[in-house]
Amino acid sequence: MMSQLNTRSIARLMMAPAVILLLGWMLAPLTTTLYFSFKKYLPLRGGDLGWVGFDNYVRFVTSSAFWPSIYATLIIVGSVLIITVVLGILLALLLDQPMWGQGVVRILFIAPFFVMPTVSGLVWKNMFMDPINGILAHLWRFLGLEPLQWLSHYSLSSVVMIVSWQWLPFATLILLTAIQSLDREQLEAAEMDGANTLKRFSYIIIPHLFRAVTIVILIQTIFLLSIFAEIFVTTAGAFGTKTLTYLIFQRILESQNVGLGSAGGVYAIILANILAIFLMRIVGKSLDAKES
Amino acid sequence: MGYIELIKVTKNFGDLEVIKPLDLEIKDGKFTVFVGPSGCGKSTLLRLIAGLEDLTSGSIKIDGNDASNSQPSKRGLAMVFQSYALYPHMNVYKNIAFPLKMAGIDQTSIDTKVRKAAEILNLNEYLERKPGQLSGGQRQRVAIGRAIVREPSAFLFDEPLSNLDASLRVGMRLEISELHKRLNTTMIYVTHDQVEAMTMADQIVVMNIGIIEQIGSPMELYQNPKNIFVAGFIGSPKMNFIYGDWANKLNAHTIGIRPEHIDITSEQSEWKGKIKMVERLGSDTFLYIHESGIADILTVRIDGEESYERGQEIFLHPKKEHLHLFDEKGIRL
Amino acid sequence: MARSIKNQQKIINTILAWSIGLIIFFPILWTILTSFKTEGQAINDPPLFLFFDWTLDNYAIVQERSNYMKFLWNSIFVAGGSTILGIIIAIPAAWSMAFAPTKRTKDILLWMLSTKMLPAVGVLYPIYIGCIKLGILDSRAALVIILMLINLPIMVWMLYTYFREIPGEILEASRMDGASVWKEIVYVLSPMAIPGIASTILLNLILAWNESFWTLNLTAAKAATLTAFIASYSSPEGLFFAKLSAASTMAIAPILILGWFSQKQLVRGLTFGAVK
Repeated sequence: MMSQLNTRSIARLMMAPAVILLLGWMLAPLTTTLYFSFKKYLPLRGGDLGWVGFDNYVRFVTSSAFWPSIYATLIIVGSVLIITVVLGILLALLLDQPMWGQGVVRILFIAPFFVMPTVSGLVWKNMFMDPINGILAHLWRFLGLEPLQWLSHYSLSSVVMIVSWQWLPFATLILLTAIQSLDREQLEAAEMDGANTLKRFSYIIIPHLFRAVTIVILIQTIFLLSIFAEIFVTTAGAFGTKTLTYLIFQRILESQNVGLGSAGGVYAIILANILAIFLMRIVGKSLDAKES
Repeated sequence: MGYIELIKVTKNFGDLEVIKPLDLEIKDGKFTVFVGPSGCGKSTLLRLIAGLEDLTSGSIKIDGNDASNSQPSKRGLAMVFQSYALYPHMNVYKNIAFPLKMAGIDQTSIDTKVRKAAEILNLNEYLERKPGQLSGGQRQRVAIGRAIVREPSAFLFDEPLSNLDASLRVGMRLEISELHKRLNTTMIYVTHDQVEAMTMADQIVVMNIGIIEQIGSPMELYQNPKNIFVAGFIGSPKMNFIYGDWANKLNAHTIGIRPEHIDITSEQSEWKGKIKMVERLGSDTFLYIHESGIADILTVRIDGEESYERGQEIFLHPKKEHLHLFDEKGIRL
Repeated sequence: MARSIKNQQKIINTILAWSIGLIIFFPILWTILTSFKTEGQAINDPPLFLFFDWTLDNYAIVQERSNYMKFLWNSIFVAGGSTILGIIIAIPAAWSMAFAPTKRTKDILLWMLSTKMLPAVGVLYPIYIGCIKLGILDSRAALVIILMLINLPIMVWMLYTYFREIPGEILEASRMDGASVWKEIVYVLSPMAIPGIASTILLNLILAWNESFWTLNLTAAKAATLTAFIASYSSPEGLFFAKLSAASTMAIAPILILGWFSQKQLVRGLTFGAVK
């Protein structure tokens, strides 16, 4: 009995720092946010003004900025998801084909993901989207068209473009990995059974990718909901690009209405948790699969 | 040295009783083989002796001392794993030296012992190589070398030959047997292959679903199996089992007779049937007889030089002195 | 016949892939190129690709005017520090979960991952106020700790999957050979796990370097990292494309190089192993 018990208590000791730290990281700030959400707290205009129950929660969703922020969030997240998944599948399929210089092409496809969000935001904003000096402006003029005011008139599309550019590599890489894990022999068998390329694609590749696509969507959604830097450096939330995350940020750090912002934060946490549950279920299943 | 006793040992994994209360005595210097089908508990038993699993109840004594709660390294045993479990980042020398290093022995002594083990196992040329650069058989030897160098009171082998090519297996079998003669140390060997058991063991322990069916020398098990399970497990091809009237005639529920103990005759005899299949191995020929009214298929071994045609009618004469009788519980009468 | 079709296909694939690749990579390429131009040429219409007056002036100016080195150092310190700190905590945790698993192990692992899903805005104020109260707002120490915490789940997770790939029998052999838990980790596990540990460190350096929420909100003059530094270019004076490009190139170059080496790790780390 001793041999196992010893290992077990050592094991528990070794897990302790990570568990304690993460527990603290989760509980302390969360409870604090929860605490503030029930108070009227304006550090710049009077400080702690007492308990207000669910007032903040109501005010948050009834404020005039709320539904626009939901709209902005849905548009941005939804569009980026669609773009990255659809293009991701196509690019992944392309990358899977035989070609020369595949290694280099891979780097070209993947690079945007490693660029700092602030850099990509500013590079796009200034060097591409600037209506006077940006490359896109040059291009429009070359085609004889009036350059677009990307960030002020097409702000949501602009943000979507920037974020999609950043996240396309992620989707591509994941889907490429999934495609390459597909058993070649299945495809060969289908070919012998007379299935042409399109049929092989629809009947074998797409179903196999289903799981990977689900994971990409879930993970990207969680990360996309909290994008911040790209909006911060390009529009600062103006022109209708204020997502839910950005709205909460503004309430807390800019208008310093901590109570209201905290209530918003709680909403964000609940939303993220719902998504997380789905994701965790899939991850949990793959953990079990590894066991067996 | 190397006297191991298991007293009322049990092992459960959760609710599953993998080893039922079991007593076993392994005498010093003997080559004992645990054999049985997959899932019978032989590997678990070996790991209990090694200390890699904890006992659920019962005790294990090594050379008279209670080792039930000792760490694996403190039991004075050495194990050769099925996958050899060599340290991939260390060369052969370091692999073999590792247990000595862990024991804190000085470098000079380590060197002597490692070289001696390498000598015994013909590994001298490979000392600088890493496991990835060795063949299966060579890796096997390194694993054994790592065990030898600890000078254990007993060696534990967990299906060491199952990862080798068939041709290599025969050679390694002989090498391990020779090693045993040379070192004269207790060896406990786990396998599912009854050929290995029969050829290498001083004593075979036949296991089935967590219990010991029979313990004995290879010939004892072959000639006097205690029950149907042992009778059917030992000997290849499998013993023929006959039920029904033919068995009742001899006051038994089942009778058994090995393929090698049935003669083919041209004259009329007690049994007859039609040949369904013929297998010629060169050294032996096996006939599979059906439509005999005795058993679905009777297997008969004859000399490799002879053969018969499929579909041919044939007469069989079972050697009376080699008939085994079993009761309805499968126990030998 | 089949062979020439294959070659034809290969040519088409190559052309297609390279074209798309270059389009995707273009913004980065353009930034690097522009960093070597003068401000005037940077905004030239039509855009100049290779035939301009190459100059290193921008790099010098960026460093002089805004003490780029300080921000670079902050990024290195914060990314490196949080990664090292995280690894020290994560390795034992992953070891115990991989080699001494209990019924609860899976749940604990999933719980750890779920803390990564926590939206940063949800804890923005408490962390912010906490830093002020502890006097560590705008300090590298605060960033190191926070970035360590947000990446710890990924580190533990990745190490866990790498450790699990080590054959259990080798560790059992080391136990039989007399190695204590500590010696087992040092002599057997770590050497075998080095590629996995290196991969985890690599991915986390990248994630920490690029982190742009906490680094933007919790820093000002002293501890600002490159992310914050670049953000300050968002309200510029006069022509600045070339300087922005120089600053950006310097900021992203290390990670682009590291990123090339870490593709596999990226998939493993960010999909939590659910895609293989």
